[in-house]
Parts: sequence; C-alpha cells; structure tokens
Amino acid sequence: MLIFLLRRLLTMVLTALCLTFVVFFLTNLPPNLEKLAKTEAGSRITDEEVQSWLDKNGHGSPLLVRYGEWLGVIPGWTREENGVTTGRCIQRGQDPETASSFCGVLQGKWGFSSVFKDEVSTIVGTRLSLTGILMFWVMVVMVPVSLIIGVLAGMREGSKLDRSLSTFSIATTATPEYVSGVILIAVFASSMFGLKWFKGTASSAMDGITFENFFLPVITIALYGIGYIARMTRASMTEVMTAQYIRTARLKGVSFRNVVMKHALRNALIAPFTVIMLQFPWLLNGVVIVETLFNYKGFGWTLVSAAGNNDIDLLLGCSVVAVFVVLVTQLISDIGYVFLNPRIRIS
Amino acid sequence: MDPLTWTGALSVLNPVTIAIAAAFALAIIAQIALSFVAPEPTIVANPDGTVAARGGAYGTSEKAVRWLFLALVVLAVVYLLAGVVMPYGKVGIIGGLAKRFLPVWLSLIVLYAVSIRYKRRLGLYGKLFDSTIGMIGFAIVMFWVFSAIFATTIATHDVLSQISQMKNKVPGTPTPDDMGWYLLGGDHLGRDVFSRVVLGSRIVVQIAPLATLFAFMVGITLGLPAGYYGGKLDTFLSFLANLILAFPVILLFYLLVTPEIVATGMPQYMAMVLFLFPIVFLLVLVNSRYYVVPALRNKMMTIIAVIGGYLYLSLVGEVGTKVAVLPNMLDLIHVPGNILIVFVSVVFVNSPTVFRIVRGIVLDVKTRDYVSAAQTRGERPWYIMLWEILPNARGPLIVDFCLRIGYTTILLGTLGFFGLGLSPESPDWGSTINAGRKLMTVAQHPAIVPALALMSLVLGLNLLADGLREESLRD
Repeated sequence: MLIFLLRRLLTMVLTALCLTFVVFFLTNLPPNLEKLAKTEAGSRITDEEVQSWLDKNGHGSPLLVRYGEWLGVIPGWTREENGVTTGRCIQRGQDPETASSFCGVLQGKWGFSSVFKDEVSTIVGTRLSLTGILMFWVMVVMVPVSLIIGVLAGMREGSKLDRSLSTFSIATTATPEYVSGVILIAVFASSMFGLKWFKGTASSAMDGITFENFFLPVITIALYGIGYIARMTRASMTEVMTAQYIRTARLKGVSFRNVVMKHALRNALIAPFTVIMLQFPWLLNGVVIVETLFNYKGFGWTLVSAAGNNDIDLLLGCSVVAVFVVLVTQLISDIGYVFLNPRIRIS
Repeated sequence: MDPLTWTGALSVLNPVTIAIAAAFALAIIAQIALSFVAPEPTIVANPDGTVAARGGAYGTSEKAVRWLFLALVVLAVVYLLAGVVMPYGKVGIIGGLAKRFLPVWLSLIVLYAVSIRYKRRLGLYGKLFDSTIGMIGFAIVMFWVFSAIFATTIATHDVLSQISQMKNKVPGTPTPDDMGWYLLGGDHLGRDVFSRVVLGSRIVVQIAPLATLFAFMVGITLGLPAGYYGGKLDTFLSFLANLILAFPVILLFYLLVTPEIVATGMPQYMAMVLFLFPIVFLLVLVNSRYYVVPALRNKMMTIIAVIGGYLYLSLVGEVGTKVAVLPNMLDLIHVPGNILIVFVSVVFVNSPTVFRIVRGIVLDVKTRDYVSAAQTRGERPWYIMLWEILPNARGPLIVDFCLRIGYTTILLGTLGFFGLGLSPESPDWGSTINAGRKLMTVAQHPAIVPALALMSLVLGLNLLADGLREESLRD
C-alpha cells in the first residue's frame, strides 16, 4: 500500500511539473511577452525597446531558466544598473542584501497580477474561497439528487420509472452549462414568462448568499453533473441487482425495500464514488462557464479575465491551482476506490 | 404586414393541444407514482378463454400515456402539415418554420422510408430502426444535417445583413420593407435569429464529426499498440494521455486558442503531427492486410500516399504563414488559422480519451482465443491489431463515436461562448449564445434559439448512441 501511494505521488509530482511547464511555455511565448511589454511600458514602443524592457525585467533568459526561477529552484535573476540592484526577488525599496535568493511558487511567491495590481496569492485565495462556497452548494444539491435518481432507476431495470429517469439523465448530460444557464435565466429570471423568481446574476451573492441570487448558478452546474453521475449509479445498481446474493436475499424472503436498502445500496455506491471525485475537473469547467455567465467573481471568472488580459502571473497561479485540484482528486479517487472495494488488494 | 402569432389560423386548436399536453404530463406522473405500488405484471386468464395482461389503475395510466402521446404526435403533424400546405405566414410562426424546413422534411421522409424498407440488409444501421429511441435520436441528428445541407434555401435573410429597426424584436415581427418576417426575431444588431441558427448548423455539422473522426484515428493508432504490446510503450503513452486529461479543458482552450498562438504557427505544427495519423493509420491498415500481395499493396499504398499526402499538405500549409509547402495554385483547401486552431484543439482534447477507451478494449480482447489463434498462425502484430482486434471492438467504438460527436459539439459551443477562435460575426451557436446572453433582460430569444438548437442536436446524438448501444448489445 505504501509503495502504491509513493508511486502515485511520484507520478503526480511528475505530471504537475510537466503540466506547469507546458502552461509556463504557452503563457510565455514571444507574442505574449511582447504584449506584456507593450501594456506595461506603453503601446507605441519600438521592437528594440520591447527587447530591452524584456531583458531588464528578466524575461530575456532561456525558457528553462525562467521556469526554474518561477518554480523557485533556480536563484532569481538580479541585475545591476547605475549602482542600483534590481532582481526578481528584490521588492521595490528593499535592500538587495536582505532579499532571499529564491522566490518562486515553492517559496510561496506567486508573483504580481498586472491587471488587479495585487499579489497573486491573495487574489487566488479570496477567489477560491468564493468558488468553494459555490462548489459546496453544488455538491449538496448534486450528490444526493443524482444518487437517488440513479438508485431509483437502477433498482428495477426497464421499468417506466427507469425509462423516465434515464431520459431525464440523458437530457441533462446533453445540456451543457451555457445552454441550461441561458434557458434557466430566460424562464425564471426574465420577463419571458414573467416568472421573476430568481436573479439572473449572482454578483450580489459575493456579499451575501440568498436563495434568490444563488439558486440558478448552483442548479446550472449541478444539472450537468447529475445526469452523468446518475447514469453511472444506475449502471452500477443494475449490475448489483442481478448479482447472486441479491437473488439469494429475495429467495430468503427479504422484502424488496430491504434488499435495496441493506444489500444492494452499499455495493452499488462504490463506483459512483470514483465518478463523483473525477467530476471535480468537470466541475471546474462548469464553474468557469457559470461564473462568467452569472458574473460571480470567483476562481473561474478570475481565470477567464487573467487569460483574456494576458495577466501571465495570475494565469500561471490559476493553472497551478486547477492542475493541483485535478491531480489531488484523481489521487483521492484511486485511494478511495481501493479502500471501499474489498475485492481490490494492492500488495 | 401584421406581426405573426405563434400559430396563426390554427389558434383554435391551441386549447385542445394544451389540454392534451397537460393530460399527458399528468398521466406520466401518475404512471411513475403507480409503478411504486403496482404489483408485478401478471397474466390473467379471462373466462372466455382470452388472457389479459395487467389491468387496474396502472394499466389505465399506461394506456392513457400511449394514446395521449399518439394524439400529441398527430396534433404536431397537423400543425406542421397546415404550415406546409397553407400560404407562408398564414399559420403563424410555427407554420412559417414548417414551410421553410420543407426540404428537410422531404429528405427525412425519403431517408426513413428507404431505410425502413431495406433495414434487414443494412447491418447495424438497419437495426437502429428497430429501436424507438434510436430512431428519434437519428431523426433529430439528420434534421440538423439536412438543415446544414439546405441551409441557404431554408434561411430567410442574410446572416450578416442588419436592419436597425429589427433590433431585439420579438419572433414574428415583419421586416420594414414588408417582404417577410423575422420568424424567430432579431438579435442585438438587428440580424435574423432564425437564419443565423440555420446557417450556424453548417459550422457544427462540418467541424464536429470530422474532428471526432480525426480524434478516433489518433486514439486508435496509438491505443492499439499501447494495449497490445504493453510495457514501456504503454507506460509512456498512458502517461502522456493522463497528462492531457489532467488539463482543465477551458484552461487548455484559453492557452491554445489565442491570436498570439496562431501567430507563432503553433496550430499548424500541431496539425502537422495530428493530421499525420489518419494517413499512417490507412497505410498500416492496407500494408498489414495485403502484405502477401505486393503488387496490389504497392498500388494501394501509392494511391493513399499521394492523395493523402496532397490533402495533408493542402490542409496544413497555407501561403503566407509559417508552414507553406504548396504554392497557392495547388493549395485547394484553405482553412483560416482560427478555424484550424479550433479544429486542432478539439482533436487534441478528445484523442486521449479515445486512446484510453481503445487501450482498455484491446487489453480485454487480446486474451480471446481468436487472437491466440492468429498469433499461432504467425500473423504479424499489426495484422492482429487492425484486422482481428479492431473489428471486434467496433460496437463500443461506434457508440462512443456518436457520444463524442455530441461532446465535440459542446466543446465547440464552449469555444464560441468564450469568444475563442471563431469570429464574433460567425453564426455558430456558441458565439450566438454568447452574444445573446448579455442582453437576457431585454430580449431572450437571441440566446434561447441557438441554445435549444445545440441542446437538441446533442440530445439527438445521445439518444442515437443509446439506441445503437441497445441494438449492438443484442447481437
């Protein structure tokens, strides 16, 4: 078990390194840097000035070196000009002697956002907490509903209930967030049918969450996931319901309700657990769409605005968080599957 | 001219339709509720020698659902037929839509008549017509395919021409020149929503299946050896696939589909790698099969290499960009850089999943006896992979292909929604939703119509996949 864990962790670190390098490479392509130079130093500067600005700000060194500096395994660049030492790790007005030589992601220095004019780590922190609230409510809605739908559909395969619920699940998986969000806003938050039950934007939810301003975003993300998890639960449930021990229980005279509740349910819920954990990366997707649609300034919204405004440090920070979330959920799902399923032993 | 109502002359039928629809909904709910308490189906022998299956409340609700559904279908047909037969504009918006879509209805009728007539000779495709779900799904998908084919005939207005008086006008508003109506209203720039949605289907119907096909070529070409050989190759390829899968899709899109990236020539380099796979796949396919008949093989390989190579160079290269191989005269296929990057990134996102599916199936199939038999015969690995394993994996792969086209459609919509790649003027559904959502409080239809179109297409593909799965499992 320990070796399995270690191997998984090692692969995870390797994957994280590769992914962050790819993101770093793509965000630091010459056209991006040129754009950055022009936004920072004025849009009418010549090509030579762009080059000198880039050199002066440490963007001139080779890609791998810059990646190392950003990661915090290579000492940050320093430059001496007219007796003034500037450097990656030297803040304005700081004595160069006292500055640390390494300052990268590993040291907790995530850089400075050129659009929000703030430390990346603080921005990502506050935005993440907002998204965390959204995610929490999505989970609260999504997990029980989808499990109930899946179990109800799967306990009697081919019944009318199964068919109706399966059609519902197919319909929700066929409706991406930007479609269901638009439809929900039109129906429940606009003058189309005159039902102004909810608000079409969630910008006020950042100050205080109410049912009125938070219901639509939550249900929009949850709907897309519900169909998928419900279908997985249904498949797992139908498989369990045809197992020998269920037949035995039925023949013993156990009532159908008890068979479902006591014998089938626990075994049927192992597979959905993995699926729910693996849904996190998908939720991330949904969060980005829904936060843009409902103007809820959380993590997804930040990612979009960082990418749209060529805010390199912030985009890198967001990417690190996103990649981290995906990898950790993968790890948890693997480990959880092993723990939950007694048939799998890793020696 | 007067503005159109939804149903025009047939408005007398509306109360009936609403009543039947309400009764239908009630019957379904009743049936579901009753299915919890109803006893298991039993066959009862009647005194007169006949048998009756299931009576009582549940049976009644079942019957009610069936008949009410039939009545609804008949009513829908009446609305559509009236729209087609009566003059344009008499039967309101629905009638007008029915008339505009006339070529689509005719094609669908012909397609279904022919397919059902010869369904026993058409293999898996014919079996699709045994499943109701599959038929419905296929009808929706073909509806949009035919709409894309006949788009220019169906559309009432030009997709880009703007009439300033028609800004955000409700469905059925007549145009100021009294020449017709905006059937589904005008958008924020005064363009016809209906025509834009119809022409937008072209972009989706062109890109989504092709991109999925390319993703499958890449996934199959890499997944087969990974599953068959295993070992280092498998570890390496799986690691790469997991790497791409761990990337949040939107982040990847934001990094890949930007004008800066197009300027670096990166989409073309990626296209160079990804588009190579279909050619390699076909060459290996032919080579492994006709290895023993060198004359035939050489002929076929040359044909594939020449045609495929030409298409490849023409598709990847473009004069005036970083990759320019063919001169402009010979370059027949012109793909704008932003469409190419959309295409490439969709293929790039889809292929690792296909790779994982193929690899999983191969791991399962390679333990079968016929594979061992082929190995004992001394067949070469690629022959076994492509001509023994792959045909036996086709069932799940075809089902996944349908689902994946739907997923690709969603991805294309996502790109449009974030304004990535395609130009904001383009009538594709994602961009239209994006433009319409910003004015949801003023006018809802510019966003709702493309949203419903996208949803119906993806739903159709999902239902089609479901029908195919059912039928292929029955083998």
